[in-house]
Amino acid sequence: MLPVAFLHSFVGAFDFILHQREAVTGGGVQVGGPAYVWHFARTQLEVSAVALAGAMAVGLPAGLVLGHLGRGEFFAVGFGNAGRAVPEIAVIFLLAAIIGIGLGNVAIALGILGLPPILTNTFVAVRQVDRTAIEAAEGMGMRAAGVIARIELPLAAPTIMSGIRTAAINIFATATVASFVGLSTLGDLVTGRNVYGDDGVVAGAIAIALLAMCIELVLAGVQALVTPRGLKLQRARQGA
Amino acid sequence: MALLAAAILAASVAACGSSSSSTTTSGASDNLIQSNPDNGNVTVTVGSKNFTEEYILGQIYAQALKAAGYNVKTKLNLGSETIALKAIKDGEISGYPEYTSTALGSFFQVPANKIPSDVTQAYDMAKSDLAKEGLVAYPPTPFADANAVGTLTSTANKLGLKDISDLKGKSQDLTLAGSPECRARIDCLAGLEKNYGLQFKKFTPVDIGLRYTVLDKGDADLSILFTSDAMLANSNKYTILNDDKGLIPAGNVIFIASKKVADQAGPDFGATIEKVQQNLTLPVIQELNSRVDIDKQEPAAVAHEYLKSSGYVQ
Repeated sequence: MLPVAFLHSFVGAFDFILHQREAVTGGGVQVGGPAYVWHFARTQLEVSAVALAGAMAVGLPAGLVLGHLGRGEFFAVGFGNAGRAVPEIAVIFLLAAIIGIGLGNVAIALGILGLPPILTNTFVAVRQVDRTAIEAAEGMGMRAAGVIARIELPLAAPTIMSGIRTAAINIFATATVASFVGLSTLGDLVTGRNVYGDDGVVAGAIAIALLAMCIELVLAGVQALVTPRGLKLQRARQGA
Repeated sequence: MALLAAAILAASVAACGSSSSSTTTSGASDNLIQSNPDNGNVTVTVGSKNFTEEYILGQIYAQALKAAGYNVKTKLNLGSETIALKAIKDGEISGYPEYTSTALGSFFQVPANKIPSDVTQAYDMAKSDLAKEGLVAYPPTPFADANAVGTLTSTANKLGLKDISDLKGKSQDLTLAGSPECRARIDCLAGLEKNYGLQFKKFTPVDIGLRYTVLDKGDADLSILFTSDAMLANSNKYTILNDDKGLIPAGNVIFIASKKVADQAGPDFGATIEKVQQNLTLPVIQELNSRVDIDKQEPAAVAHEYLKSSGYVQ
């Protein structure tokens, strides 16, 4: 019985994504269809991109420098772990009272959410770079900036990227709540059972899940691209 | 502070107490609910949904029925209307206060544009629909808690806004904030566009808890407010635009009870409910809501003050 109901709601949800229909509250108001759903999805993607860019702009340099210096482990890791416990809704509503609603509010709140995995992963990744590679570079006369940019960053890149992937998925999934503070994201559908019906709610959830998977796939591809050939060979050898 | 609020309430109650043409002191004694010893054998359970106005209304009805001699229990935290309706049908509660618009829309799937904005029509419709389910709907309260288009009074003055129709030719420069689902509701944004022919610069979805914040912070020019909001009590800061085309469904409260319970409870049950809500005009309910939401008083105490100052109890 349950699987049938489950299947039924999936069929209804895909119908909502593909075809227009009248809102549950009537009056000839048309909702649903690809363009309607995309409008919400696009806003959610946009605000997520802004937030992720912000988190990277802060987390990457901080993680690289602290990792290079080998200082601030307490800050980079401790802050990172504490940051994961921050209730996102509370941040968004607090910011709503301070700076108001809209893109700025949501981007800051989601940026705070995305910062910990980026900062922590970057710090740890840089610390774990093979010391002999760094000493060799320094022995050849490379300065700190060069060591960071040409040795540590490339060798740390895969781990940094996996932090960015985590941040991106967290940010995108959480951007659903932006519907409560001025941005029309897919949260409109997820919370709008009264007007969009069960089909609309499930359609919103499916759209979020599908887009999150797309983001994951694309970033996994980027991660493969930024992984230096030497590291790949090393891993292949260790695996064999 | 409490004294001041009590004075304001007493004044507004006196001003609205048209049921008695005599002086206020004798009006109070007319209102007094008489305790009937026969009712002591009957136990009634008053329910309510889980927000301020419902808590207060639940307390008012419960305390009034107690004054009429009934053995009263309360279940004032039922959640949504779906849960409350099920509680009546399961015999868990005898009845609870519900909004006409919600009863019609949620229980009987009446499309929002088919729910009358006229209270008598809406009540008649709800009453006959509920009767088919074995439920009784008592007559509506004087006040209506309906959605409304609101703005800062300063904005209203500047733009010359009194009715929603006055937005014509101005709305394209204005931002409207409302709950996310307002967008597609025929009694909200979709209806403002369709029935009033308005186009807004932007629609901003917000949590209903932020409906005044967006006006205060200048994030929106217009916001969907509720007519009985505590924030509107004794304040001219905000202005509600008159719904001159009757777009918004009537939000007066009707007490819904199961017919079985109502019959068992006898005539005092309905008579008490009708009597005790007579003074619940819009300014009064706004004031009561503000005592709970803003002054942080207990709903039971606020309800008791209302009953006392209106002369329903001593």
